[in-house]
Amino acid sequence: MPNIKELNDLTTQVRRDILRMVHKVNSGHPGGSLGCAEFFVSLYNDILETKDGFDMDGIGEDLFFLSNGHISPVYYSVLARAGYFPVEELNTFRLIDSRLQGHPTTHEGLPGIRIASGSLGQGMSVAIGAAQAKKLNNDDHLVYSLHGDGELQEGQNWEAIMYASAKKVDNLISTIDLNQQQIDGSTDDVLPMGSLRAKFEAFGWTVLEIEEGNNVEAVLKGMKDAKALTGQGKPVCVLLHTVMGHGVDFMMHTHAWHGKAPNDEQLENGLAQNPETLGDY
Amino acid sequence: MGIIMKTYTYTEKKDTRSGFGAGLAELGRTNPNVVALCADLIGSLKMDEFIKENPERFFQIGIAEANMMGIAAGLTIGGKIPFTGTFANFSTGRVYDQIRQSIAYSGKNVKVCASHAGITLGEDGATHQILEDIGLMKMLPGMVVINPCDYNQTKAATMAIAEYDGPVYLRFGRPAVPVFTPADQKFEIGKAVQFTEGTDVTIVATGHLVWEALEASKALNEAGISAEVINIHTIKPLDDKAILDSVAKTGCIVTAEEHNYLGGLGESVARVLAEHRPTPQEFVATKDTFGESGTPAQLMDKYGLNSAAIQKAVKKVIARK
Repeated sequence: MPNIKELNDLTTQVRRDILRMVHKVNSGHPGGSLGCAEFFVSLYNDILETKDGFDMDGIGEDLFFLSNGHISPVYYSVLARAGYFPVEELNTFRLIDSRLQGHPTTHEGLPGIRIASGSLGQGMSVAIGAAQAKKLNNDDHLVYSLHGDGELQEGQNWEAIMYASAKKVDNLISTIDLNQQQIDGSTDDVLPMGSLRAKFEAFGWTVLEIEEGNNVEAVLKGMKDAKALTGQGKPVCVLLHTVMGHGVDFMMHTHAWHGKAPNDEQLENGLAQNPETLGDY
Repeated sequence: MGIIMKTYTYTEKKDTRSGFGAGLAELGRTNPNVVALCADLIGSLKMDEFIKENPERFFQIGIAEANMMGIAAGLTIGGKIPFTGTFANFSTGRVYDQIRQSIAYSGKNVKVCASHAGITLGEDGATHQILEDIGLMKMLPGMVVINPCDYNQTKAATMAIAEYDGPVYLRFGRPAVPVFTPADQKFEIGKAVQFTEGTDVTIVATGHLVWEALEASKALNEAGISAEVINIHTIKPLDDKAILDSVAKTGCIVTAEEHNYLGGLGESVARVLAEHRPTPQEFVATKDTFGESGTPAQLMDKYGLNSAAIQKAVKKVIARK
């Protein structure tokens, strides 16, 4: 059993990293990043079975694909703090000549990244391909993916969702970040999607929900439940209920901080709400 | 190393897509990492033999090309070499962003194999006849673009691209066309093949237009015009040296392709010439237009993509020297 306090401390530190990264370059996407901090910390510190080091093929280990690439700050922070690359490199986020591009890419050779993402809706197909390669390789490790809820408005997802169940891709756990916000407003205002549970179930997936997506213990339990549901002939969908901007009160429950950086004063305010735990980079 | 010289002999008529199918089947026997994907066009792409022999390495995606490109990218993670199969239109324009982000920018070892390219798709008409695919694909950084000229060259190219590590666009066609290159040829990506030597004009052709260029050179020879015919099967990376060496001798060039003159082989050649040796050039290609229904031969005639059109262009370009 992981030490929950340690994971909570790491989550708080990741939130500081996110705020400081986007503040420094006055660009990036803090809202979704903050909302997914517990998910990434849980995934990389207890859920994923990974080898030491990094190779592209990832044979003999679990894989993770981020489809909504704009939440790169949380991804980079958690990867760095899991040892994929030096934590100091977070200083280079979005700067010229950096491996930490605005959206994640394999192009600059950053360890931990296996696909470029940013243009939305493509990650589930990639995750399915990787999952099918694992089956061909008789590799019983799992493939995980994360998608925004707004991102499901892209049609390619539904091609992938239909395919994954039809072809019994049951070594795949696709998590949907259900924060109900997108750039132009709430998902209900922009394009209501109805019941995602009903949709995924109608497409032949096993669906489970994590109601408290910003609670490490709840995320760990939910993801372990999801893992137990793999290998049963169906892909698994996790509906992860999160609050966009979680952990910084003025960023919460709004789409306003989807892609906006805090100013100096707002940074101080946000950092004060997330006191340093493991040390800033 | 200088240009590869080949003799050629007409043997029979066969479709280039069957060359792809034969090459893929051979890869199925020789390379266990090769996997194939198709978006509901197995028969059209001639993938049956591979599938019959390697059912576990075939992925029927259904009519969902975007998903197919993403799955192909994912399959490379784990060491597979995916070959995707659908029509050229659905292999490029329909899925441009998927190829751009998940394959090209991500540097994935996917082979995008595209049949029914160009106007010779025929009766289905302009919705299916893509004349822009070479341009779309050659603009993607790192993408190799290949358009072989006959059955044997397509088979050889199919097998060669499995040995190359990186994204490739392989373009071939639907109709039966002359087979004239050797069955045992070695295919070298990026290396032009010269079929005739000449002194008055260089004709650089790709795909179905190579045979037309050879027919044109015969007719021109009878009219006292000596044409050097070069087969550019790889549009990117382009064999700059072969082109420059030839025009140094002939002083003018005709490019011939079953593609829009905007974005095609002709423009790539024009760039090389503009940079190194400005030379009069004529373009045998479609001229910023969509196609239409008709037989392949009728369409090639109407849109000026045959031996007669090449001969006309040659006379025009020689007059500009």
